[in-house]
Amino acid sequence: MADTISFLKPREAVLSRRAAIIADLTELLPPECLVHEARELVPFETDAFVSYRRLPMAVALPKTTAQVAAVMKYCNRYGIPVVPRGAGTSLSGGAIPQEDAVVLGLSKMSRILEVDYANRTATVQAGVTNLNISEAVGIDGFFYAPDPSSQLACTIGGNIGMNSGGAHCLKYGVTTNNLLGVKMVLVDGTVIELGGKHLDAAGYDLLGLVCGSEGQLGIVTEAVVRLIAKPEGARPVLFGFDTSEHAGACVADIIGSGIIPVAIEFMDKPAIEICEAFAHAGYPLDVEALLIVEVEGSEAEMDAMLKAIVEIAGRHGVKTVRESQSATEAALIWKGRKSAFGATGRIADYICMDGTVPLGKLSYVLNKTSEIIDRFGLRVANVFHAGDGNMHPLILFNANDPEDAARAEEAGNEILKLCVDAGGCLTGEHGVGIEKRDLMRHQYSEADLNQQMAVRYAFDEDWILNPSKVFPLDGRPTA
Amino acid sequence: MTLIPNSEVDAAYIIRNAANDGKKVALCGGSTRAGFGNTAEPAEMVSSTGLSGIVDYEPAEMVMTVRAGTPVAEIEATLAANRQMMAFEPMDHRGVMGTLGEPTIGGVFAANVSGPRRFVSGAARDSLLGIRFINGRGEAIRAGGRVMKNVTGLDLVKLLAGSHGTLGFLTEVTFRVLPVPQTVETIVISGLDDAAAAKAMAAAMALPVEVSGSAHLPQTVRFRFLGGGLPAGEATVLRLEGLAASVAVRAEKLAAVMQAFGPVSRLGQEESQTLWRQVRDVYPYSDGTLKPVWRVSVAPSAGHQLVAALRLEAGVDAFYDWQGGLVWMRMEADPEADLLRRYIRALGGGHATLLRASDAVRAQTQAFEPQPDAVAALSARVKQKLDPAGIFSPGKMG
Repeated sequence: MADTISFLKPREAVLSRRAAIIADLTELLPPECLVHEARELVPFETDAFVSYRRLPMAVALPKTTAQVAAVMKYCNRYGIPVVPRGAGTSLSGGAIPQEDAVVLGLSKMSRILEVDYANRTATVQAGVTNLNISEAVGIDGFFYAPDPSSQLACTIGGNIGMNSGGAHCLKYGVTTNNLLGVKMVLVDGTVIELGGKHLDAAGYDLLGLVCGSEGQLGIVTEAVVRLIAKPEGARPVLFGFDTSEHAGACVADIIGSGIIPVAIEFMDKPAIEICEAFAHAGYPLDVEALLIVEVEGSEAEMDAMLKAIVEIAGRHGVKTVRESQSATEAALIWKGRKSAFGATGRIADYICMDGTVPLGKLSYVLNKTSEIIDRFGLRVANVFHAGDGNMHPLILFNANDPEDAARAEEAGNEILKLCVDAGGCLTGEHGVGIEKRDLMRHQYSEADLNQQMAVRYAFDEDWILNPSKVFPLDGRPTA
Repeated sequence: MTLIPNSEVDAAYIIRNAANDGKKVALCGGSTRAGFGNTAEPAEMVSSTGLSGIVDYEPAEMVMTVRAGTPVAEIEATLAANRQMMAFEPMDHRGVMGTLGEPTIGGVFAANVSGPRRFVSGAARDSLLGIRFINGRGEAIRAGGRVMKNVTGLDLVKLLAGSHGTLGFLTEVTFRVLPVPQTVETIVISGLDDAAAAKAMAAAMALPVEVSGSAHLPQTVRFRFLGGGLPAGEATVLRLEGLAASVAVRAEKLAAVMQAFGPVSRLGQEESQTLWRQVRDVYPYSDGTLKPVWRVSVAPSAGHQLVAALRLEAGVDAFYDWQGGLVWMRMEADPEADLLRRYIRALGGGHATLLRASDAVRAQTQAFEPQPDAVAALSARVKQKLDPAGIFSPGKMG
């Protein structure tokens, strides 16, 4: 287990009252909604950022907003830290608990409450999985746009916490652009509603502030999300290039040309090799970089857009062009890309980084990334959403070798700093969590961070909501 | 008196001094939206018009950074030269508000001003990627960035957007732009009453044809659009944009479905552009009067029900944008704020903003929708964290 990233020191006053707290929680929740036996707590000790783990004091799995409010009110009264949890798929440690914390898991609140096609909205409980929404409305010709790679498992509550994205966000935006309203429990147990089926806020855009706040401002229990009519069709084209510079320039040119594809995905040579060995998608192995560009619309529209896109690729010395002629071919092109994480996991341990850079800096950042990785004696595979500059270097290492793990972490930090220095951000769609917490000063000045933390205080004066996350542990203002 | 700082440092100095002296200031840009919000006590104005100019524009990256006082016209001209635009179609309020002067980009984002495309492409706040602003302590703060996925930490960008100059003084904004569609066409369905129009618009939005504008113009306002050139009867208008070949195909498909609702006609590029600009700028109520004008946001299916309920009890004229979810209302006499807000709550919620009214009416009417106590208290705490001395137009937003 790695130990570079520290957690807040557990509150002694909370730890010493453990038995009493669990007894009190038993009063507030039905038996099946409370977990507190040590061995049953183990599944909750970490999330998808598995190098760090802390056993929580208890896990509450409420079934109603009223139960969430009761637990929240109780924990606030006694200063007990609360760590919200959806499906635990955070790659940045957003859902990792701490020894003095109650985990508030929303997994039992997994119902779709209403689908309203006239207003193109779905009202869902926070524990509904992302994919469930699209599956429920797909038959009627609608979908929910943000599509994180973990969409089979991840919950809408977690998506709101992390402002999650996905491959198709280039056209449709990330969670914040597709979220219309929330029901939310404040730290003192008050239940509020922000937004609804109407657009834009009446007063300050608290909904916009809550989205991406990583569980620090309250517990979202329900959400109203925007549905979109499914396009008639979607078709990808695959391009292979001799250099990542050519691929990067091609991306910038497609975006600049006025065509908005629904996705532009990038893979470098190591990623191509890993995915091809696993998925046999027929990817070219004699190229350095591969792009998958997908367009949507009617046949006529797709023909016109793909023609223009292939022409642009031609101007950038494209070596391989594979246009899909059928649904099977289209699925095959995507199969490799979609299996990237699983395929990588089969050959090595990896950490999936997440940073964003301006499009013009893509190939510069890729080259610098290679230099950093070489310097640390590691390997990297790059597979990411190029259309919006969202990089995902997968740093390969051996988790059984603590030194190797530490090197991977350090290299990752350098890559994220590189993203910021290139004019980008520490995060794309995974959030800050604990992973990038101590890098926040690289992106923001002291005044910038203090202002964000001051706003956080307006919601949570005692800092009990997911307290070890997002902001560096030292230098937090006291009120 | 108006203070016009020429640099971020000057702006910070002015605001820091005001905070130290406990002196209230009213933040402004070109003041074309000066009537927004509750009537506040007179205060010294601090204008962003001295902070003007494009800082960075990379057409290939579709991102622009400008100083907050830059005129919208200058930005639109620069974007147009590169065949790009602000996708959220910011409304020009001069007509309806009866104001003069130059709208600034800072004002657009401070008021989160969006147009007809908002219901599919997002509001101003969705295009805003990064900001620099001076908080109420006189500190220069940066939030967000210049990349599409820009939220690291708390999203102060969204919070400042639409805060009407009550949380901070915007000095610089970075926003996303999009290519201008190659062509635009409008499908007109004639003779539908408000309820039938709501059904037709919902049906259109369920089709995979990417409608990018959806408005209903009842008889009373229809004559004001295109110089009276719309076909007879109420006009339900649906906009399609994109590559010419694609728009042609989608228009055929949409027209075929809409024929079931009423007679269908089509408007070409030039007429479409004029029509949607007039919808955007609330042209029918740009009438030189001070009759109260409301901007109401509700669920699309609730818009016409709201107007029908009000008609029984008040003198009201209305037309609809955003598939019926944005209702523009002009009241004949009394603003009827309580009645209007009661019906909005009864119909599932939303909000009404008093855009225009005489000073006497404004003095007695909450301009923004009053919020539930818990949300109002939270908003007040948030304001206190950005403006601890309470110097930025206290009371303007509630």
